[in-house]
Amino acid sequence: MIIKAQHQQHFDDRIAADTSIEAKDWMPDAYRQNLIRQIGQHAHSEVIGMLPEANWLTRAPTLRRKAVLLAKVQDEAGHGLYLYSAAETLGCSRQDIYQKMLAGQMKYSSIFNYPTLNWADIGVIGWLVDGAAIVNQVALCRASYGPYARAMVKICKEESFHQRQGYEAVMAMAQGSAEQKAMLQDAINRFWWPVLMMFGPSDADSPHSAQSMAWKIKRHSNDELRQKFIDNTVPQLEALGMTAPDPDLAWDEATGHYRCGEIDWNELYDVIKGHGQCNHERLQAKRRAWDEGSWVREGAMAHAAKRAANAA
Amino acid sequence: MKTMTDAKITYVLRQGDTPLILAQRLCGWCGHAPELEIDLALANIGLDLLGQARNFLGYAAQLAGPGYSEDRLAFGRDEREFRNLLLAEQPNGGFNDTLVRQFLLDAYHVLLHRELSHSKDSQLAAIAAKSLKEADYHLRFSRGWMIRLGDGNEISHQKIQRSLNDLWRFTAELFHADAIELELAELGIAVDPRQLQAPWQELVNSTLQQATLALPNEHAFRHGGKQGQHSEHLGLMLAEMQFLQRAYPNCNW
Amino acid sequence: MTHAEWPLYEVFIRSKQGLAHRHVGSLHAADDQMALENARDAYTRRNEGCSIWVVQSCHLVASQPEDREAFFDPSDDKIYRHPTFYTIPDGIKNM
Repeated sequence: MIIKAQHQQHFDDRIAADTSIEAKDWMPDAYRQNLIRQIGQHAHSEVIGMLPEANWLTRAPTLRRKAVLLAKVQDEAGHGLYLYSAAETLGCSRQDIYQKMLAGQMKYSSIFNYPTLNWADIGVIGWLVDGAAIVNQVALCRASYGPYARAMVKICKEESFHQRQGYEAVMAMAQGSAEQKAMLQDAINRFWWPVLMMFGPSDADSPHSAQSMAWKIKRHSNDELRQKFIDNTVPQLEALGMTAPDPDLAWDEATGHYRCGEIDWNELYDVIKGHGQCNHERLQAKRRAWDEGSWVREGAMAHAAKRAANAA
Repeated sequence: MKTMTDAKITYVLRQGDTPLILAQRLCGWCGHAPELEIDLALANIGLDLLGQARNFLGYAAQLAGPGYSEDRLAFGRDEREFRNLLLAEQPNGGFNDTLVRQFLLDAYHVLLHRELSHSKDSQLAAIAAKSLKEADYHLRFSRGWMIRLGDGNEISHQKIQRSLNDLWRFTAELFHADAIELELAELGIAVDPRQLQAPWQELVNSTLQQATLALPNEHAFRHGGKQGQHSEHLGLMLAEMQFLQRAYPNCNW
Repeated sequence: MTHAEWPLYEVFIRSKQGLAHRHVGSLHAADDQMALENARDAYTRRNEGCSIWVVQSCHLVASQPEDREAFFDPSDDKIYRHPTFYTIPDGIKNM
C-alpha cells in the first residue's frame, strides 16, 4: 500500500509538472483504461473515416483530385496505425479493441456516420471535418501520455495538407458554375451542424471531461474548442460566398467571437446510439472486410510458421 | 480524334491507360482490405500507378497538341478509344483475384520499363526509368504475397490457384505485338512486347514454384484491349470514373 | 472469433546518412519482409527515411522504470567525468 501511494504521488507530480508519462511507467489503472478508450476510439475514427471519402475515389472529377484524395485516405490508414500503435503501448491488443469496435462496444467519431452524396462533400470533409479534427488534435499534442502526444504531433503535420486540399477543392466549386455552387451549398447545409457536434456536448453534460482534464489527457473544454473552430471557419465560409444553415450565426462585438444557434443534441445522441444514416453501413463494411480477409491473414501466418519451422 | 491515327500517341496512350485502369481498380479496395497494413500498401501501389498514368497521359496530350490534357484524355474518351490491357480491367473479386492480377502485371511492368528506359524517345525513357523503381517495389510486394498465400495453408493455396487459372487467358495480350508496336520498336522508340515473354515466363515460373502453384493449363489467347476492343467490364468502369466530367462539362474542379 | 494475431514489430527509421535510427512506432506483420514493407509504407511516405530497422516487440529488451534510480542516478554526481570540471590555464592551446 505504501509503495502504491509513492507511485501515485510520483505520477501526480509528473502530471502537475507537465512531464510525460511513458509506456512502462506506473499509472493508475483508471488512467490507463481511460487512455485505451480515448486513443482506441481515435484510431477507430481514422479507419472508419476512410470509408465516406473512399466512396468518391473512383468518381473524382480530375486525375489530380483523385491522386490527392487517394493520398489523403492512405494517410488516414497511417494515422489509424500510429494511434493503434500508441494504444498498444498501454498493454491492450489492437485486434481486441478493433473487435470491440466491430461489435459496437467501442465508438468512433459520429461524423463518419453521415453519407457522402456529392463531390462537394469530399471538399467539405477536408475543410470542415479535418479542420475540426486539427483544432482538437493540436490541443492533444500536449497530452500527458507521451506516445499519444507524439502520435498527435506526427498526425498534425500530415493533417494540414488534408484541410488545405479540401478548401482548395471547395474554392474551385465556389468560383465555378451554378450547379457547382449549388452542390457546395448543399454539402455545407448537410455537414455544418454535425461538424459542430464533433466537439461533443458542453462539458457539463460530458461525463469523462473532468477526470480527463485532471489527467491532462484533455487540455481544453469542448465548448472552448468548438468556439475556436467556429471563429476560424466563418471567415473561410464567407470567402467562399456560402452560408451556414444557421440564421443565428453572427459576430458578437462584445465577446469578440462568433455566436451560433442552439445545437440539437438529440441528433448527436441518436447517431451515437446507432441511429445515424450510415452506422449500419460502416460497421457492415468493416465486418465484411474482416471476415472476408480472414483467409489472407491466416494464410500469411501459416506461411510464416512454415518458414520458422524450416529455419529451426 | 487525332489520337486515333498517330502511332506514337497510340503507343503512349497504351502505356498510360493500363496503369490508369489498374489504379482505378485498386481504389475500390480502400477501407476494405484484409488488414490495415494491406490497405496502406494497396493505396500506395494505386497512387504510384496513377502517377505513372498521369505522366504518360500528360505526354500523350502534349503530342496531341493544344486543347488536350491528361484529364481530357482520361475523362473524354469513350471505351473504344481506351488502350489498356484487358488484364487490368478484370474485376477486383477477392484478395486472391486482385493479387494475381497485380503480380502478373507487376512482373510485366518491371521488364517493360527496364527496356523502355532505353527508348530513343527521351520523354518515354525518363517516365519508364521512374516507373521502374515503383514497379520493382510493387513486384516485391505482390511476389511476396503470391508465395505467402500459395505456400500458406490449403485454403489460401486453392484460392490463389483458382485466380491464376481464371486470369491466365489474358496474359497473351502482354506479348502480342501489332503494327504500331513493330513499327515503333524498329525505330527504337517502343519495346517489342514479344521480347518480354521469355523473361516474364521465367520470373512467373520461379515464383509459382516457390509458391507451390501450378502453371495453368488454360490457353492464353485473349487480346484486343490495346486496340480498343475491351471486355464488358471497362464500360461500367468508365461510366463511374467519367460521370462528373460528362454530367458537368467544362467545369473547373 | 479471435484468431492468432500478426506479431507486433517496433520500427526504427534513420532519416539521413550520419544520423542514428529513431523509434517511430509499431505495426503488425506476419513476417520480417512484410514488416519492412509495412514500415516503409507507413513511416516513410514523406521522404522521412533512408534506412529502416524492424524488430519483433517481444525481442526488444528494455530497462524498467523501477530500476531508474539504480541505473541512472549514480552517473548524476560524477561530474569529474565532464571536461568542464577541470581548470586549465588560459593560453594553453590544443586542450
